[in-house]
Amino acid sequence: MANPAVYFNGLFSGRLNNSRWLKGIINTTARQPGPLGIMVRKEIADHIRSWRFIVLLVLLLLTFIATMYVSLTNLQAAVANENDPDRLFLYLKLLTTSDGSLPTFHIFVSFLGALLGISLGFDAINAEQNNGTLTRLMAQPVYRDHLLLSKFLGALAIVSALFLSLSLLMIGAGLLITGVKLEPEEFFRIMGFVLLTVLYVGFWLALSILFSVKFRQATTSALMAIGVWLFFTIFYRIVISMVVKGFFPDPVYLSEADVLWYNNLLLDLLRLAPSQLYTDATTTLLMPSVRSLGPLTVEQMAGAIPKPLPFRESLLIVWPQVCGLVAAIAVCFALTYYWFMRRELRS
Amino acid sequence: MEQPIIELAGLTKCYGSLKAVDRLDLQIRPGEIYGLLGPNGAGKTTTILMMLGLTEPTAGVARVCGINATTHPIAVKRKVGYMPDNVGFYDSMTAIDNLQYIARLSGLPEDEVKNRSRDMMELVGLGDAMHKKAGAYSRGMKQRLGLADVLIRQPAVIILDEPTLGIDPSGVKDFLGLIRQLSREQGITVLLSSHHLYQVQQVCDRVGIFVGGKLLADGDVATLSRQLFSGDHFVTSITLAAAPPAEWDILPALQAMAGVKAVAVDGRTIEVSCSHNITPDLVRFFVGKEMDIMGVLKKEYGLEEIYQRYFDNNITDHEKDGKSSGLFQRTFFRKVKQ
Repeated sequence: MANPAVYFNGLFSGRLNNSRWLKGIINTTARQPGPLGIMVRKEIADHIRSWRFIVLLVLLLLTFIATMYVSLTNLQAAVANENDPDRLFLYLKLLTTSDGSLPTFHIFVSFLGALLGISLGFDAINAEQNNGTLTRLMAQPVYRDHLLLSKFLGALAIVSALFLSLSLLMIGAGLLITGVKLEPEEFFRIMGFVLLTVLYVGFWLALSILFSVKFRQATTSALMAIGVWLFFTIFYRIVISMVVKGFFPDPVYLSEADVLWYNNLLLDLLRLAPSQLYTDATTTLLMPSVRSLGPLTVEQMAGAIPKPLPFRESLLIVWPQVCGLVAAIAVCFALTYYWFMRRELRS
Repeated sequence: MEQPIIELAGLTKCYGSLKAVDRLDLQIRPGEIYGLLGPNGAGKTTTILMMLGLTEPTAGVARVCGINATTHPIAVKRKVGYMPDNVGFYDSMTAIDNLQYIARLSGLPEDEVKNRSRDMMELVGLGDAMHKKAGAYSRGMKQRLGLADVLIRQPAVIILDEPTLGIDPSGVKDFLGLIRQLSREQGITVLLSSHHLYQVQQVCDRVGIFVGGKLLADGDVATLSRQLFSGDHFVTSITLAAAPPAEWDILPALQAMAGVKAVAVDGRTIEVSCSHNITPDLVRFFVGKEMDIMGVLKKEYGLEEIYQRYFDNNITDHEKDGKSSGLFQRTFFRKVKQ
């Protein structure tokens, strides 16, 4: 080690403070980001440099290109379909058309988005703890919740940038290929779709951060998050159908109103799954002619003209879904907060 | 007396029924180097975490620089640099990036961050390796990087938890020398916890012996030694050229010497406990009996004997806690200072 006297010249003395004070007066415009800003920046840099993110990015890009290819090849037929009230929304058609060989992009995202959220968050806190960086970080003058927030916001910033650029790419490519003008309504709907997707990924992110606080091992928390995801995508429907078979009366002996009531109950049960909320909401936003997410009676449909709804009406239909997603994120985040804030930090 | 910079009053921490720290009272003056000694599991780290507000005490108050660490942890952390016992870094970032990240977090102005972190790396002797990934660092290098990490914030108090763990002997000497020099030149208060007694003895002004959550002794090494062993025997051990026979005729004469309390024969070595220092008389006695003396040692009490004495008194309480006693006895070298 070198002689410290050389380097510590004036470092700990009052002279330094004076010079800093002077600089502060001269250079008042340069604003320094707060601790949260610095932490979020570091998180984003970490994600971008990690292999995990590159793999996910490639996966998502491949999905995007494949679905775009399928929808572009079938676009002509879809737009020419006289029976479809949505046929004139070209850019929405780009996102929702498929010939059945591949699911559409928003269905894909309901699977992949979960995976994206989980993989960005499952080792957020426990990796720091196992590496011994957590105590070091917490010994700095920063609040504990800044760490949680930086993990969440950092990953969310990446996800938003990703989906926003993907959808803008799609719009740009659509403009180049078809030459059709983009209607403001379509633009808002696509932006709504992006926002919903970010919220949806945010839910899985919040859930996986929750597990990363709860479980010390990164593998355990990843497994738990994937377990929850698998449960909701595969087993939840099976469980619901078992419940229906076991407890619901035979519809043959029921009045129409009762059938409707049971149907709504069934839908509400299904909507406990976040992926259901997401698909409901995106379907409504991307297909303007969708009027209701539940069954409609003949009386309700009487006199209705098969015409696309305005953007505001579609938004009103999906509002409960959006609220549900936000609430789910808030619950996960609150639990994470509760467990992390007063916990003993030891490596 | 000056206002103490670290003041612990009745500090208690319980984990369920286990009392990790039991009504600890401790005062550390500014500019002092204080060594907290104790076996593993004695509650050293818990105490340190409570000083930083990272753990809430069950009872009592920890004040650092006059600030209550439990209620105002951020203000305390601004003034205290803490190096945890197994300090970790972001392996995918370079060492200097790690350092700059911490420097920015602690609120160093952006235009100073680069220069200061470079200076710090040079200071701790990592100037050549600063652009290496932190994951490629050895344990000792990480420890040095940890010190740079603590110093870059210009703290008033440095708390080091097991700072010499994993550094080679010459590195330890440099490391402790640097800490001592900084403390003397800049008036930084240093609190270090360790179980490497010999090293602590070299560098600390004052030590506290901490066993089972209680501070058993507090003071400088000389005072502690006097207090403990004042009523004790002086022990001189004499090594002879040949082992004495089992039926040794001069033994009664030796025992009859003035001041001799006990004689123990172990092979060629004879240990004589006396009420005062009679080493010259003993040598004369053996020479007069025409025995060849190969070596004479007068035992002195260093920190390790002090520590051992305290530890022996408490070992019964800790037998149930296998971690502390078993590991302790294997890890600690018990070199007799001669």
